[in-house]
Amino acid sequence: MIEHFLALPVMIPLVTAVLIFFLRSRTQGIKVVSLVGSGVALLLALVLLGQVANGEVVAVQMAGWKAPAGITLVLDPLSGIMLALATLTGLVVQIYAWGGGLPRGREPMSFYILYQFLLMGVCGAFLTGDLFNLFVFFEVMLISSFGLMTLGSTRAQLEGGLKYVVINMVSSILFLSSLGIVYGTTGTLNMADLSVKLAAQSSPAVTAVLAMLFLVSFGIKAGLFPLFFWLPDSYHTPPPVITALFAGLLTKVGVYALIRVFTLIFLQDTDFTHGLILVIAGLTMFIGVLGAAAQNNIRRILSFHIISQIGYMVMGLGLFTPLALAGAILFVAHNILAKTALFLVSGIIEHNWHTDDLKKLGGLLRTSPWLAVLFMVPALTLAGLPPLFGFFSKYALLRAGLETEQYFIVFVSLVVSVLTLFSMMKIWNEAFWKPSPDVMESPGQPTPRTMLFSLAFLGVLCILFGVFAENVYELAHQAAAVVLNPELYQTAVLSDSIDPDLLKSYPQISADFGD
Amino acid sequence: MDSLIVRTATKTILPLLLMFAIFLFLRGHNEPGGGFIGGLVAAAAIILLAVSGGVRHAETVTTRQTAQRMMAVGLLLAWLTAVGPILWGKPLLYGYWPPGWEILGIGKLGTPLLFDLGVFFVVIGMTLLVVLQLVDRVEKR
Amino acid sequence: MALMMALIVGTLFATGTYMVLRRNIVKMIIGLGLLSHAANLLLFTMGGLQRGAPPLLGEGGAKPELMADPVPQALILTAIVIGFGVMAFVLVLGYRTVQETHADDLDDLRTTSK
Repeated sequence: MIEHFLALPVMIPLVTAVLIFFLRSRTQGIKVVSLVGSGVALLLALVLLGQVANGEVVAVQMAGWKAPAGITLVLDPLSGIMLALATLTGLVVQIYAWGGGLPRGREPMSFYILYQFLLMGVCGAFLTGDLFNLFVFFEVMLISSFGLMTLGSTRAQLEGGLKYVVINMVSSILFLSSLGIVYGTTGTLNMADLSVKLAAQSSPAVTAVLAMLFLVSFGIKAGLFPLFFWLPDSYHTPPPVITALFAGLLTKVGVYALIRVFTLIFLQDTDFTHGLILVIAGLTMFIGVLGAAAQNNIRRILSFHIISQIGYMVMGLGLFTPLALAGAILFVAHNILAKTALFLVSGIIEHNWHTDDLKKLGGLLRTSPWLAVLFMVPALTLAGLPPLFGFFSKYALLRAGLETEQYFIVFVSLVVSVLTLFSMMKIWNEAFWKPSPDVMESPGQPTPRTMLFSLAFLGVLCILFGVFAENVYELAHQAAAVVLNPELYQTAVLSDSIDPDLLKSYPQISADFGD
Repeated sequence: MDSLIVRTATKTILPLLLMFAIFLFLRGHNEPGGGFIGGLVAAAAIILLAVSGGVRHAETVTTRQTAQRMMAVGLLLAWLTAVGPILWGKPLLYGYWPPGWEILGIGKLGTPLLFDLGVFFVVIGMTLLVVLQLVDRVEKR
Repeated sequence: MALMMALIVGTLFATGTYMVLRRNIVKMIIGLGLLSHAANLLLFTMGGLQRGAPPLLGEGGAKPELMADPVPQALILTAIVIGFGVMAFVLVLGYRTVQETHADDLDDLRTTSK
């Protein structure tokens, strides 16, 4: 029975969006419906995660058309964790936005509708079992993020939005082209089927080309070196709520897609592909953190940190051991929580003092000590200080690096850690510690309680996950073990597939070119 | 733009196009055709109206509000037919074909037709929305 | 036939890339359009070219050997629809950007990267 609920995380945001539309200008009603929709999605995601937490893989075929011809949805522990985190981020951002923070002078309706479609795309990307639907859900997610990015249409937003849209469109086109080549060479797009067929395929050149095409197109979406430059140019332009949502969700979907594709499909030449990923990971984390060190603007610093931290997640994929992948999954989890929280803090600062330029800020420790605490917890989590959540993910990654004797990447990641702490301290010193500059205005209106509440919630989660690190680690390890065992995924999807003899009666057209 | 020929021709072509759209939509659930193409043809008919007589003229037929509402209704319809089967323990989007329900020229009737109707509305709404948005900007200059 | 399609796809990719790299916003958008056509055509060609074969078999229709693979066609239809939606958005966005910044040169859009 549970498998029939698999589609609901995709369908609930959709119907919530439609209901919001019918409410039109009743702002309060829209907020309630959107919050309820996000809450239901979170509950559902938790239930689904509970079902697969023991390492099960559940698959369902849409409309009963059997794999590999039909549309498949698959839930394994990794996608369960990602679903729960995505819906959680969504809910927290909704609570935050209850008291304000949306672009002024605009109907809130468009924000909520676009947000629900974004959530739908993200959830769909985590659940889908075939590459083409991954493309479709990517596009749903991207189109709504285009809308959110330019909501309000200030000059900076249009400029940043144009760059964001064009780069992401190029990435989608690359993805679509690689889908064409995949279909042409293997005759399938179902990930499980593809994983079986590519393993049996004997042409390493084609597989290598495909692996690189996927690496580039997902790398653009995830913000890997050297494809990240669109991110810091655009992420600081929309209102902070929207940036927080993007920081929590978008690049992580790219990372998820990389993990999925490089643990399930491209396993033929792991020395080359995963070695390359490891090199890219090191460069990404290092360049990202250097970029951050040069910035003087809270949201720009945080944007560069997104890139740097993507490097850590991909490092786990590059090391390619159960421990490393568990570390990467934990890293994604802590990063979603901490990064969203930090962007929301910058949102409160901008809400109160109308700037996020560090030179114009100061003395916030005295004027709002609670905000300082709410900043400190996620900031230290991000830097990876014990006993917070971030420490354990970094610890797992470093240990995996030492075990596989990749000392250089361990060294780089330690240096980057120190630099991360340095730039968190920079924000702390400039915005909170130093005396307030004369130009700084006093806060206009009190901070809405919902903003502080949502932040406190994220902070508590960062601490709790650190305290119960053992249980959280168990779950991540389970997810990594399932991901590293593609057979589980293959049997879940293909156990009830179309009779291969029947397929054979339809000739493999792709093999036969020309007139 | 104002052209007597286009305006006169539109009057005749418009109903034909709309009928053709409905034909495509109904045919689509058993044979090539379908809600998507039907919706596009219907939207093209309304766009033709906008081209021949200006946006104000097109807005006598449909406004942006109506287009948006069409999209919402279509999405809701498609959603209901997609999720409905879960209540009966069937996978999402499962099609139910009641035995004996058949209409001459269309073939068997089933729940996929309702889904297609949703798609039909979404496509009309979406296309009109985009076109009205663009045409509106050009006219305002 | 396959050779010709390959040439067309290659030309489209080349011109699309060239146009995307230009500084003029409108030309860049045209480039994006060309690139997405190239991707669709690539998908179509890779799916296998067959002349005069229907993708759907009616009752008592053609034999399976004479059938064109319907999957690439369905994929391309979806990709075209998505491309259409994104293209519409990019056009409006480009128009708004030109209106707001009074510049159609990408080099003038640098206020966000300082």
